[in-house]
Amino acid sequence: MTDAPVLVTQGLDKSFGSLVVASDISLSLPKGARYALIGPNGAGKTTLINLITGMLTPDAGRIVLGGEDVTEIGPADRVKRGLVRTFQINTLFPNLTPLEAVMLAVCERRGEAGTWWRSLPSYGAAAEEAYGILQTLRLAEFCDRPTRQLAYGQQRLLEIALGLAAKPKVLLLDEPAAGVPKSESGELFEAVAGISSEITILFIEHDMDVVFRFASRIIVMVAGRILVEGTPAEIATHPEVREVYLGAHHG
Amino acid sequence: MLLFVLSVGLSVTLGMMNFVNLAHGAFAMIGGYVTVTLMKQAGWPFFATLPVAFLGAAVAAVVLERVLYRRLYRATDLDQSLLTIGIVFMSIAIAAYIFGTTQQPVELPSYLRGRLVVGDFSFGVYRLFLVASALVITALLVVGLDYTRFGAQVRACVDNQRMARGLGLNVDMVFAVTFALGSGLAGLGGAMAIEVVGLDPNFGLKYLVFMLIVVAVGGLASIRGAFFTAAMLGIIDIFSKYYVPQVGSFIIYLVMVGLLVWRPAGLFARAR
Amino acid sequence: MSEPAPRSVDPQGLLRQQVRWRLLETVFWLAVLIPFFATPTYLVLCSQIAIAALFALSLDLIVGYSGLVSLGHAVFFGFGAYTAGLLSAKLGWNEPITGLLAAGFASMLLGLLTSIIVVRISHFALIMVTLGLCLLMFELANQAHDLTGGDDGLQGISISPVLGYFNFDLYGYTAFGYSLAVLFICFLIIRRVINSPFGLSLRGIRENPRRMPAIGSPMRGRLRTVYVMSATFAGIAGGLLAQTTEFVALDALSFQRSAEVLVMLVLGGAGRLYGGLVGAIIFMVARDQLAGLNPQYWYFWLGLLLVLVIIFLPNGILGGIAHLVSRVRAKK
Repeated sequence: MTDAPVLVTQGLDKSFGSLVVASDISLSLPKGARYALIGPNGAGKTTLINLITGMLTPDAGRIVLGGEDVTEIGPADRVKRGLVRTFQINTLFPNLTPLEAVMLAVCERRGEAGTWWRSLPSYGAAAEEAYGILQTLRLAEFCDRPTRQLAYGQQRLLEIALGLAAKPKVLLLDEPAAGVPKSESGELFEAVAGISSEITILFIEHDMDVVFRFASRIIVMVAGRILVEGTPAEIATHPEVREVYLGAHHG
Repeated sequence: MLLFVLSVGLSVTLGMMNFVNLAHGAFAMIGGYVTVTLMKQAGWPFFATLPVAFLGAAVAAVVLERVLYRRLYRATDLDQSLLTIGIVFMSIAIAAYIFGTTQQPVELPSYLRGRLVVGDFSFGVYRLFLVASALVITALLVVGLDYTRFGAQVRACVDNQRMARGLGLNVDMVFAVTFALGSGLAGLGGAMAIEVVGLDPNFGLKYLVFMLIVVAVGGLASIRGAFFTAAMLGIIDIFSKYYVPQVGSFIIYLVMVGLLVWRPAGLFARAR
Repeated sequence: MSEPAPRSVDPQGLLRQQVRWRLLETVFWLAVLIPFFATPTYLVLCSQIAIAALFALSLDLIVGYSGLVSLGHAVFFGFGAYTAGLLSAKLGWNEPITGLLAAGFASMLLGLLTSIIVVRISHFALIMVTLGLCLLMFELANQAHDLTGGDDGLQGISISPVLGYFNFDLYGYTAFGYSLAVLFICFLIIRRVINSPFGLSLRGIRENPRRMPAIGSPMRGRLRTVYVMSATFAGIAGGLLAQTTEFVALDALSFQRSAEVLVMLVLGGAGRLYGGLVGAIIFMVARDQLAGLNPQYWYFWLGLLLVLVIIFLPNGILGGIAHLVSRVRAKK
């Protein structure tokens, strides 16, 4: 069954002066994929996400989303077309409640966030949808407290909630469990696992157990380049990968 | 060129610590009043008062930094602006209380008065003195920054504070010293400015705008930028007074707004 | 994954809770009517307070709710004042309400023009540009003294009775009533804006501008809109000043006035709807009392007040009260 790929990058390059952070990055994600992006620190993984989402402008290359070339389109418009990312470091709204934050994302998606003449409670459908998302991520009971009062793990879940609120076609998760202790990350990955198979996911992760459990395919990046790409079994036994990453990765 | 001496400290401070210090003009005013007091009450010669003006402003800066500014390093631009504006207001009132609201005259030593005639041109001796001092100070600053160890530390903190801290540099101390130096320079500038523009309690506010313009348009933490912009402002000022006197500062503000919209980080901004 | 969870929370209800009209608000708006009966000699001051309150409220939209900095908001206030003043003094158009609408409209246009510049920059450059625009307009008005009266101010304004009936009397009954009515109407509009999805997106911009494009929000467009709104209301406040005092001084456009309104807002508490109102009341009353005693020292007290508020009450008086209330509640 060959579906057209949902997200394609072709030859993405980016340098800051003499520092090359991305070199000839080409990848192709089919619909419903669960791809993992791994690599040592500084390999350029977050930079790649920044390039794909438009927060950084590539020096060369193209990005194609659902058949449409989005290389020249700004970040907010890419989100409107279904290309959504979460942040490795919590990038939330400290004084808004989770309900307000997710509702804001929902209203933005529905094009309702620009109306200033109608009161927020009158947007029942958006409120219900926002609450529903919070429920699926088990955040509903905290929906009314300011975000800064939430525990760190809950904030990471809220990161994902904001991503889901935009009804993504492609979701780029930047280390969703960053900073979350192993004992709690299970709940977080259950939430990720529960995401609809209609959505294509690319996630950056350092925990190999998680990677091998959830990913159908693994992309390995080193020093701005893609070293190799393959199934978990292939990557686990790949000699270069072991040397560069798994071997050098001491706990 | 006076403007350069007055503004260079603000430029480096703002660029390094991201702290909006609108009270910089007040430090200049302190320097001015130190000089006036020493000359009038204690009969000191002009030149002798200059280092004290520098020190007085520097000390005031250190005190203020320890007591108040430290608390707001992480605060918003707005809070920092308002805090420092509050300090300016207080300093205006205090100066008015101690010295009264009239202009303070200062008597220059005789060798700085008068004009120097070279060929067809006649220059005010004091103006020449100002330009010469500005050049000397610039040279000292550039040499200091490029060739001394402390200068290297300053440059490191401006470029990347987090990394500097990670490398073991005592960023807080570097900043405190730089801040003191910059404010001291402001005090020196204030003392030298009395002859040119006079000294009254509103000094801190009146010329603050121009200092801010030099910093904003020149680019934060850029000595070249401050120098160039101060020079440019001086030229525009002279020309507009000659050719279009009724326009006043209008042109300067317009140019500033235009330049900042075109280059928000300043003309000589550091590439981050 | 759709398990119907037991529902004890109604999200719409939660939102309604936040935006509903509170008893304290009714008390406030009834209390502002007291001066009519209790202190009729102070009505002129009260109308000035109402004008300052509207001005502060307009600033709150961009500073408190959107997180922008403006050191030059008086540019819109003064522009509105001169518009309303000139309509009467030079063009003989004395009808107050249409004059006020014209003032608001003119400031709206100015806001539209400047918003294009302002939303592109941030941080220090934004501080300087907003300050620069204000100084620019001040110089312009200063130079154009044929039009504006320059240092002497704009005179010759004479305003017809409001609604054809309420004459502007010497005691200030009409001035205060008129200003208060305009303030209240504008307040209701601003209140609705803040409680709308648009208002929520403004707060999002304030809380984390980096996240906004990541949820698909056109940040610049939103900021332009709120900037224009803010300019309009500031212009209306300025127009009120021109009409109720029948005089416009250059200082309506000054940095001092921009700084003062900022102080009022921060004193009361930015981003809290009533912060600007409370701050304006306290500031204007304090100034009236203290400046009467010794005008020179006013600057000192003002400066000290600023320093103390920023250090000890960073969220203003209303913020401080809210903090106390939540601590008391937590203890129970």
